[in-house]
Amino acid sequence: MTEPEIKQIIFRSLKKIAPDTEPEKLNPDDDIRHTLEIDSFDALRFIVDLDEQLGVETPEQDYGKIATLRNLVNYIMTKKK
Amino acid sequence: MLEFKMPSLGADMEAGTLCEWLVKPGDKVKRGDIIATVDTQKGLIDIEVFDEGTIGELVIKPDEKVPVGTIMALIVPDKEPTVKKEEKAPVKKAEKKEEEKPTGEIPVTVILQGIKASPLAKRMATEKGIDLTTLKGSGEGGAITKADVENAIIEKMAPKEEKKVAAAESIRMAVAAAMSKSNREIPHYYLETKVDMSKALAWLSEANKQRSVKQRLLPVVLLLKAVAKALTEVPDLNGYWENGLHKKPDINIGFVISLRAGGVMIPAIHNIDKKTIDELMVSLNDIIPRARAMKLRSSELSESTITVTSLGENNAETVYGLIYPPQVAIVGFGSITEQPWAETGMLDVRPVLTATLSADHRATDGATGSRFLMAMKDYLQKPAEL
Amino acid sequence: MILTNWPGNNKTALCITLAVFKKMTDNNTIKLTYREAIKQAIREALQKDDRVFLMGEDVGRYGGAFAATKGLLQEFGPERIMDTPLSESGFVGAGIGAALGGMRPIVEVMTVNFSLLAMDQVVNNAATLLHMSGGQLNVPLVIRMSCGIGRQLAAQHSHSWEPLYAHIAGLKVLSAGTHEDARGMLLTALQDPDPVIIFEYNFLLNKEAEIPANAGAVNITKAKIRREGKDISIITYGAGVYKALDAAKELSILGIDAEVIDLRVLRPLDAATIFNSVKKTHRALLVEEAWSSVNVSSEISARITENIFYDLDAPVQRLGGVEVPVPYPKHLEDASVPQQTDIINKVKKMLQHA
Repeated sequence: MTEPEIKQIIFRSLKKIAPDTEPEKLNPDDDIRHTLEIDSFDALRFIVDLDEQLGVETPEQDYGKIATLRNLVNYIMTKKK
Repeated sequence: MLEFKMPSLGADMEAGTLCEWLVKPGDKVKRGDIIATVDTQKGLIDIEVFDEGTIGELVIKPDEKVPVGTIMALIVPDKEPTVKKEEKAPVKKAEKKEEEKPTGEIPVTVILQGIKASPLAKRMATEKGIDLTTLKGSGEGGAITKADVENAIIEKMAPKEEKKVAAAESIRMAVAAAMSKSNREIPHYYLETKVDMSKALAWLSEANKQRSVKQRLLPVVLLLKAVAKALTEVPDLNGYWENGLHKKPDINIGFVISLRAGGVMIPAIHNIDKKTIDELMVSLNDIIPRARAMKLRSSELSESTITVTSLGENNAETVYGLIYPPQVAIVGFGSITEQPWAETGMLDVRPVLTATLSADHRATDGATGSRFLMAMKDYLQKPAEL
Repeated sequence: MILTNWPGNNKTALCITLAVFKKMTDNNTIKLTYREAIKQAIREALQKDDRVFLMGEDVGRYGGAFAATKGLLQEFGPERIMDTPLSESGFVGAGIGAALGGMRPIVEVMTVNFSLLAMDQVVNNAATLLHMSGGQLNVPLVIRMSCGIGRQLAAQHSHSWEPLYAHIAGLKVLSAGTHEDARGMLLTALQDPDPVIIFEYNFLLNKEAEIPANAGAVNITKAKIRREGKDISIITYGAGVYKALDAAKELSILGIDAEVIDLRVLRPLDAATIFNSVKKTHRALLVEEAWSSVNVSSEISARITENIFYDLDAPVQRLGGVEVPVPYPKHLEDASVPQQTDIINKVKKMLQHA
């Protein structure tokens, strides 16, 4: 799975959870939750959704590793390998 | 023949517009069935029925806007088996009370104060369920007059598309009305305590390791559960103030959900004390997205007996809530932050939660509130028991 | 008191009556001045009832300070048209005595300004005797007095003191704001067993109007809607009535439909007519020439607020006289009371008419 493909899935998922945001405009190093104002409940829905779409399970202790778009993409790419 | 009336979905609701009947005359209904959708300031609400029987007559038509308490349909009751009767009685009583209140005094008190409107305009607005705070006055000195209210009535009859656009604004107005009433009428007292969350979070972390992503728990379920358990010990905070404290047997916590476009929805999560932690998480997963989409059921909007507001991560540390009338208390949870913690003569760094209680001093005193906070704090030290 | 056995003589000089008699118009109405309406009322009263007589300053030989009684002395003789000394307390007291003795006196006090000299007789005798005698003594006295501005007579001759009398329990207080009432109120007032005060208006004396040819006694318990409307109730009396009607006519061109109520009876007030009107229009403007504070409008405003508050769509407003002694110069005299344009402007403001 390529980086653009993963990004597409991430954006679609974010859009589903926070319809009025524009995830495409995220900079690679923006904190996703902070920038899009996503609360803990929606964050969990996002992670559940990513799991469903990509089959990547993110344990709680890894939450810190997926805070930005760049990190999240890297995390998924590593996991998918 | 039972009368099915436009329910009150909170102290701030004065009227609702029927969007659609989901039943027709002759259909059998039972308690909990959704029989209609109604457009309110809080979005499209599924309206449940509280009786068992057969739909007799649909009294109002789609797109009709009627004040709270107006008869919407008539239901022919089934022959009442004696067992059912017992089961039904307390429910009906509770519901009746909620209906009587808003049709009676509430519109008057909500509307009347601090708004420059002629006596006639105020009277008409009350009768027709118009919220004067949303009107601009055309009278001398900007006063709202009969003509302004009449225009508002005409506008309300106008096609619904416009209304949808204004959903965020109308929620804002609903919140404004309820909170103004709260601040005006309820003498609040405030208590605050800090809770060491290390045990609870450790327990949660372990619990989540054993769960799939989908079943994962959020800290808030522990908080809600602790509130419910503490309320079983201090029931005085679970109920309504209506010329006296009316304690409620069920613990239905209204959980504040902030909307992305502004405003809040406060759906009730029923009988939390009787739910397991996992059941509670399932309820939240069901109700929060529906609240955000403004797709709630009538019982979820009208039956909460206390409110909890939780700011979640990376937010302010302390929140003092305003009570949602006619309730008598609101519990506020700030963000959990690491703080120095002194215990048994030692200093440590712990995840600390600031919990507050705003309570109605007419209903209870500080000692009661304090007992509640201490009980809740105790439960959060024993997460496994929650 | 000599007056008690006064013999009637009403056969004198009927021909004069006919000579003055009115210009007849087509549809059975007659056109006459307010002054003429007053005179006809007095004449009819004198003709109908032997017990009726008129007394006051200059009512006889001079024909009345405002010429309202010109010719009556010749017609009815000095025993029924009686000039009195300049002593208001004295002749009003004599009138009370005559009324107690079975007569039906009409006492003319030249202007309300001088009536204060007779206030003690009016308030402490005429208004109280029925009550103080346990219902044994009625005082069937009618006092007419002219009132208000309009003739540049300066402060001591121009005040509007209807509210002073409207305050007194035991009196009936009437205000003849139209020709019809100038013609009719006196006749009904003379039927009343108790003291009645009638206010007449100098300002209207020369004004002509049409009234039914057979005009006569009128009701003296009810206010009257002089013009029907739906947007606002202009409630007035006396000199305000024609001004309000003219204002309403002009307002109708602007699309404002004003109702005009002539109170007519200032005591006891006909609240029902007022309330019904304001319930319909939801707005009330109260107009009178008396000083603004503590006047008849104050009372009406209070009653509206007490009784039909929830029908109001705007605050009740008042237009009253400016609170100064009435000035002498014409432009200042005009400025001291509400005029037609003031009423129009106030109504437009209340209705937020652009």
